[in-house]
Amino acid sequence: MKGLRLTSQTLPSWVAVLLFLLMCVGGSIFYKGFFSGQVFLNLLIDNAFLLVVAIGMTFVILSGGIDLSVGSVVALTTMVLAWGVENAHWPPLVLIPLVLVGGALFGAGMGFVIQVFKIPAFIVTLSGLFLARGLCYLISIDSIAISDPLLTELSQARLPVGFGEVSPGVVVAAVALAVAVWLAHGTSFGRSVYAIGGNERSAILMGLPVARTRIAVYAVSGFCASLGGVLFGIYTLSGYGLHAQGLELDAIAATVIGGALLTGGVGYVMGTLTGVLMLGIIQTLIMFDGSLSSWWTRIVIGALLGLFCVLQRLLELAHRFRKTPAQETARAVA
Amino acid sequence: MKVAETGIAGKSGAGLSLARITSSTLFWPVSVLVLLLLVNIVLNPHFLALSWRDGHLYGAPVDILNRAAPLMAVALGMTVVIATRGIDISVGAVVAIAAAVAAALIGGSLKIVNGQQTYVTLTSMPIALLAALAVAAACGLFNGMLVGVVGIQPIIATLILMVAGRGIAQLITSGQIITIYYKPYFFIGNGYLLGLPFSLWIVGALAAAMAWLKHRTALGLFIQASGANPAAARLAGINARGLLLAVYAFCGFTAGLAGLMISSNVKSADGNNAGLLLELDAILAVTLGGTSLAGGRFSLRGSVLGALIIQTLTTSIYALGVPPEINLVVKAIVVFAVCLLQSPEARAWVFRRRSPA
Repeated sequence: MKGLRLTSQTLPSWVAVLLFLLMCVGGSIFYKGFFSGQVFLNLLIDNAFLLVVAIGMTFVILSGGIDLSVGSVVALTTMVLAWGVENAHWPPLVLIPLVLVGGALFGAGMGFVIQVFKIPAFIVTLSGLFLARGLCYLISIDSIAISDPLLTELSQARLPVGFGEVSPGVVVAAVALAVAVWLAHGTSFGRSVYAIGGNERSAILMGLPVARTRIAVYAVSGFCASLGGVLFGIYTLSGYGLHAQGLELDAIAATVIGGALLTGGVGYVMGTLTGVLMLGIIQTLIMFDGSLSSWWTRIVIGALLGLFCVLQRLLELAHRFRKTPAQETARAVA
Repeated sequence: MKVAETGIAGKSGAGLSLARITSSTLFWPVSVLVLLLLVNIVLNPHFLALSWRDGHLYGAPVDILNRAAPLMAVALGMTVVIATRGIDISVGAVVAIAAAVAAALIGGSLKIVNGQQTYVTLTSMPIALLAALAVAAACGLFNGMLVGVVGIQPIIATLILMVAGRGIAQLITSGQIITIYYKPYFFIGNGYLLGLPFSLWIVGALAAAMAWLKHRTALGLFIQASGANPAAARLAGINARGLLLAVYAFCGFTAGLAGLMISSNVKSADGNNAGLLLELDAILAVTLGGTSLAGGRFSLRGSVLGALIIQTLTTSIYALGVPPEINLVVKAIVVFAVCLLQSPEARAWVFRRRSPA
């Protein structure tokens, strides 16, 4: 693939991959039992929902926006799922598609307000955050346990792969990732997203469907958040208004560590996978160490985030100083 | 009742003399606040009643002002950051850090010396307060460095400290909730001076100092200029880097003040929960007050009003006996409504929809 060649734009993504591998190697050397396929697969099992949410966030960030509501939408989805299955006795196979559509509509609504009323995405998705969290508490203040047989079975099911086993959630996340890569790099929708993030005025002048694309981007994010919520609800077998607090930060951090620029227009969906794995492995390493307290996770993630931001910035400056021919720049974008 | 009316009248009166634009941007927040107060008065005629008890004013308005004090302080700091086209989403974490530093340094214990209860601190209180504020300002300075010197976008630069900050606060408190046993410290968040809550005096002094800097020195102009058009401001010779460093450090400082007020009010420091979601409330307060997130012109009294709206909303929801959980839904709707009212596009859209019919 041409886009994967080492350029100043792909470098942060490659550094993230390298750092992840280094952490794997370091973990294998220092901690007993770390070097196993199942540890890696557990990373995927424990972070499948985050991956799905972060994929949606990637599209929003690529388009130059931000979506702060994803954590709340995850919580609301677990709540609706748990309440619908347990209290209203809806069959999960009917309810799950409904909540996914609901999430997409919630996102599309926010996208509509951002696009049409020109209110900053930050503020709109912030009220989305409050609204979704508040709706959770309207359903119930307490946690609702899920005891539905199908969902319980899904939660415990393990599918064998080469060197271990994964949960159905990982399969869903993998499919979501594949679809997202295709959507971002293989469709006109994806190219419009990059174009809007790169320069909205140019995108408008090029005749791209800016309004439609922006609303679709937030719909994708809302859909991914509710899909992540379904995965999270099945993973924890519960619905709770306090679920997934601060998840939006993890999703943004994963996207940025994966090489996306928050100004939009630059980044890769696959980079987000690296970012999510990186967040996961930091937690795993701290867990394996045992002597480090849990709050070191936040500090290390913050430090990593800082490192990548500075790296991106340095590359940007280096790029500006080195006079690159237009061709080179064009290739980097492709 | 009269007190509140004259207060609001005084505010809009001053706004008119300033500029017509200021008064028009303050129109919506003032109306929302008045509306909220009216709803409260209708439901509880004694809502605005003030009484003098135990040597200080007592009543719902005083309570709202006292509870809004930390948010007002942070919102004031946030206003100048937003005016430079920036944003600081780390203030909640900085609040937690400042509270943790103050609590760890003061700690305190109740000892009985010669049959008398005496409070003993670990470090003398002025040093502890200064240290907490200095750490908070240093956190802000760190943000300012990332934004002004390294050139990272503000939202991501401050995201770093937002993520790491709570970890740092927990590191300081060793993951525990530190309870403070030192009576003089409680004065900051619970004490009264001349009948009014002491925290209100702190915020009043802060607002007065900022208003003086904004209107009587060139600083206000510099900030608005660099927010409105960074390139033009640089060409005009404004030191953008120094300005950004100062503005973010100041925002950290106000978050530190809020951290002191909050930890003093609840007599403890909780690295995990102190100032949770405060950054969002502060940004909301600034936006509700009519300062654009796109930078440039800013309104200090708008931000104070915004903070009051948020706190009045919270207090009314509690007072009305609505389950507090619904607070978030109401908040979302109010924020949304005010943003729509302030958006020229939304007004144009409604107008366009209506005119053909």
